[in-house]
Amino acid sequence: MLTILFDGIAYGMLLFILACGLTITLGLMNFINLAHGAFAMTGGYVTVVMMNRFGISFYWCLPAAFLASAILGGVLEATLYRRLYHASHLDQVIFSVGLVFMSVAAADYLMGGQQQLIQLPPELSGRTEFVGVGIGRYRLFTIVVCAILVVTFQLILAKTRFGSRLRAAVDDRRVAMGLGINVPAVFALTFAFGSGLAGLGGAMGAEILGLDPNFPLKFMIYFLIVVAVGGTSTVSGPFLAALLLGVADVAGKYHVPAIGPFVIYGLMIIMLILRPAGLFARGGR
Amino acid sequence: MSLPVQESVQTGAEEQHVDQSRAHRLMQRRTTVRSFEILIWLGALATVYLLPSKMLILTEIAILALFAVSLDLVLGFAGIVSLGHAAFFGLGAYTAGLFARYVTAEPVAGLLVAGAAAGLLGYATSFLILRGSDLTRLMTTLGIALMMAEAANQMAWLTGGADGLSGFSIDPIFGLVPFDLWGRNGFIYYLVVLFLSTLVARRLAFSPFGLSLKAIKSNPVRAALVGVPVRRRLITTYTVAAVMAGFAGALLTHTTSFVSPDVLAFHRSADVLLVLAIGGTGYLYGGIFGAIGFTLLKDALSVVTPQYWMFWIGLLLVILVLVGRARLTRWVDDLGERLPGLRGTNR
Amino acid sequence: MTAVLETRDLKRRFGAFVATNDVSLKIERGARHALIGPNGAGKTTLVNILTGVLPPTSGQVLLDGEEITNLPSHTRVKKGLTRTFQINQLFADYTPLEAVMLAILEREGLGSRLWAVVGSYRKTVDEAAALLARFGLASVMADRTNRLPYGKQRLLEIALAFASKPRVLLLDEPAAGVPEDERHEVLSIVSDLPADVTVVLIEHDMDLVFSFANRISVLVAGAIFAEGTAAEIAASPDVKAVYLGESA
Repeated sequence: MLTILFDGIAYGMLLFILACGLTITLGLMNFINLAHGAFAMTGGYVTVVMMNRFGISFYWCLPAAFLASAILGGVLEATLYRRLYHASHLDQVIFSVGLVFMSVAAADYLMGGQQQLIQLPPELSGRTEFVGVGIGRYRLFTIVVCAILVVTFQLILAKTRFGSRLRAAVDDRRVAMGLGINVPAVFALTFAFGSGLAGLGGAMGAEILGLDPNFPLKFMIYFLIVVAVGGTSTVSGPFLAALLLGVADVAGKYHVPAIGPFVIYGLMIIMLILRPAGLFARGGR
Repeated sequence: MSLPVQESVQTGAEEQHVDQSRAHRLMQRRTTVRSFEILIWLGALATVYLLPSKMLILTEIAILALFAVSLDLVLGFAGIVSLGHAAFFGLGAYTAGLFARYVTAEPVAGLLVAGAAAGLLGYATSFLILRGSDLTRLMTTLGIALMMAEAANQMAWLTGGADGLSGFSIDPIFGLVPFDLWGRNGFIYYLVVLFLSTLVARRLAFSPFGLSLKAIKSNPVRAALVGVPVRRRLITTYTVAAVMAGFAGALLTHTTSFVSPDVLAFHRSADVLLVLAIGGTGYLYGGIFGAIGFTLLKDALSVVTPQYWMFWIGLLLVILVLVGRARLTRWVDDLGERLPGLRGTNR
Repeated sequence: MTAVLETRDLKRRFGAFVATNDVSLKIERGARHALIGPNGAGKTTLVNILTGVLPPTSGQVLLDGEEITNLPSHTRVKKGLTRTFQINQLFADYTPLEAVMLAILEREGLGSRLWAVVGSYRKTVDEAAALLARFGLASVMADRTNRLPYGKQRLLEIALAFASKPRVLLLDEPAAGVPEDERHEVLSIVSDLPADVTVVLIEHDMDLVFSFANRISVLVAGAIFAEGTAAEIAASPDVKAVYLGESA
């Protein structure tokens, strides 16, 4: 029972890291980016290639995955995404579905259609007994890393100059421009950062979530649930939503495998009807 | 003194008459059958004789076109972005399969039952998409479709689960016209269903109901303030569109005598959205043009690069959006005469 | 004296901000009532509550003594309460003819008809043409709304609201943003509205207010600050102070 809770939390944390870039794209730029999973997949494949082909340590792969996805995200933002911030949501959906299709086919072409496996460092594999509860070491590692990231993320937003600029840009783009904030640059950096986090999540999740060319499609709904349920006005909203989703999904698959997905989709739909602005949104609409 | 007054009254009445007859003319012109519409249907009929060896791909186009016309009602007229339209297509396909297997294999009866089932689901779920932003609607529609897919997968005793539903064959239409080996009769049957459905959609689009729909899409707040009951109109539209999508699903079942769980897959919802992206939304024929374009393109690409055609479709979509769909589908406006009042913003 | 439109203790909060504060208002039948107030006084919020665009936090709205507080906008329109918008809220792709047709068809309860084409409702077309002529829009009836000159768009705003045959018509700054040479046409249309339609004018322009209204309510910080005949308001030192304070 506690093991399930623990696994669920690890899974939820991972989902948050994967999805929080999407929170930014949606909340900040009001851009429906269905291709967010492609950045995560990039991170995953970077790790696979570095570890399996070049034998580079897993620990070095994580920052590399972050960087690779961040660069990819930054480049795509500057060349493509930026042009569509004011396009209709339908255009954004079509555009990002197009990107998903391209990434799926490209991954298939470059890496093949099979599941990718990575060999975790020995100190991270296996389980440790802790007060009678079996704890996967890798899951513990995941929780620790994600927790550090969440705290850092929150601090950056709350304390740094960049954070306050970002918040100003979210609140009112025009006012922020008037204050001399370079809004496009803030957007680009944030987009790259969000993509990087997704890449990192993809790298860490290769073990837990699996990795194959269909990754962006398979997890799209999960990312969207995190954002839609958590809302885009806070960091804690999506974080709690991700934890909830993680625990519910793991518990659902374990206890009621036959109706697990129904529980999640059903809850999501009910939630969206009751609180269209997100479960943890501040204030009423 | 009285003469000028008399005169001005006269002119006023004349002017009024001029305005009124102009208004009548404009309203009439709005609904005239365009030459390209006649060409499309004549062309479709001609393919039966001219391309007898291409019946399979033409059938595929007809089914996709029907599905896309149905989505156009939701997207192009009511302005609801849906990522889960396959829910209705899939339910129609499964209903038709089960009906053929357990009740009767006469296709028209199956078609109607499938439409009714999909319509019921459409009506029930329409209440979930009334509120909220594009994102919540997207999520809700997607969620419903995923739940349907999961249900079909889990209820293996009924649907055959991952193996699909088989073990039935389709009887002749009305017990008279058999489905032949080349798919010719089948194609004519599909064409008739597509034609009738498009006709219904066209009446709908040009009726007072249709006039209020595009107003809702353009500005729901203002629409309510000229007296349009927005919720009720959206419910009706969504239900009608669901019936049509159910028809399309049933037709697929009738073609293949098999229902694969693939009918509910995400890519089906995405594909039909892409069809409208290619063909344009909000003038009904976008679904038909788009289906032709999409199917031919997919066919050509999968000959050249069977495994990776998805990449090129994706690239096409990205380019389509970046260049501007409106710009690319503007040719529609120049099809002989336009469809005034029906060309729409794609917002 | 009967009030055709009445509000009781109407309140609307946005978080901690109170946009409408205990507004109790009575509009007499057939009145030319102006609602004025400095920027941010909550005039538009009040109109939004009256017409069902926004729900109030508390309080009541009554039309002819019947409570309509929780009715949706379209039902209020059916009952005879309609409005125009300060910023054009028109159907960009529609021609004036189509837009007016829509409003008349909905008024007649024909909007849910699915089968016969719009043009076959011949009486409606006649009425639409007459209405467009009356509002100076006959010459542009076939043009797309978003290509009309701004003054014509403002006229269409009013025509569209008028097509619903309202008993009470709320005009939210009807002449806002209209260039000087088109302004006269809009103003004369407003002053020629039939006497049996109660008109509530929300306005900034004091010349327009005093030439049009026989009764004025002044809204400040979401609450009714003063109310009276045009002459009383014009003479009130308090009201002057509010306006001078704003411009100072």
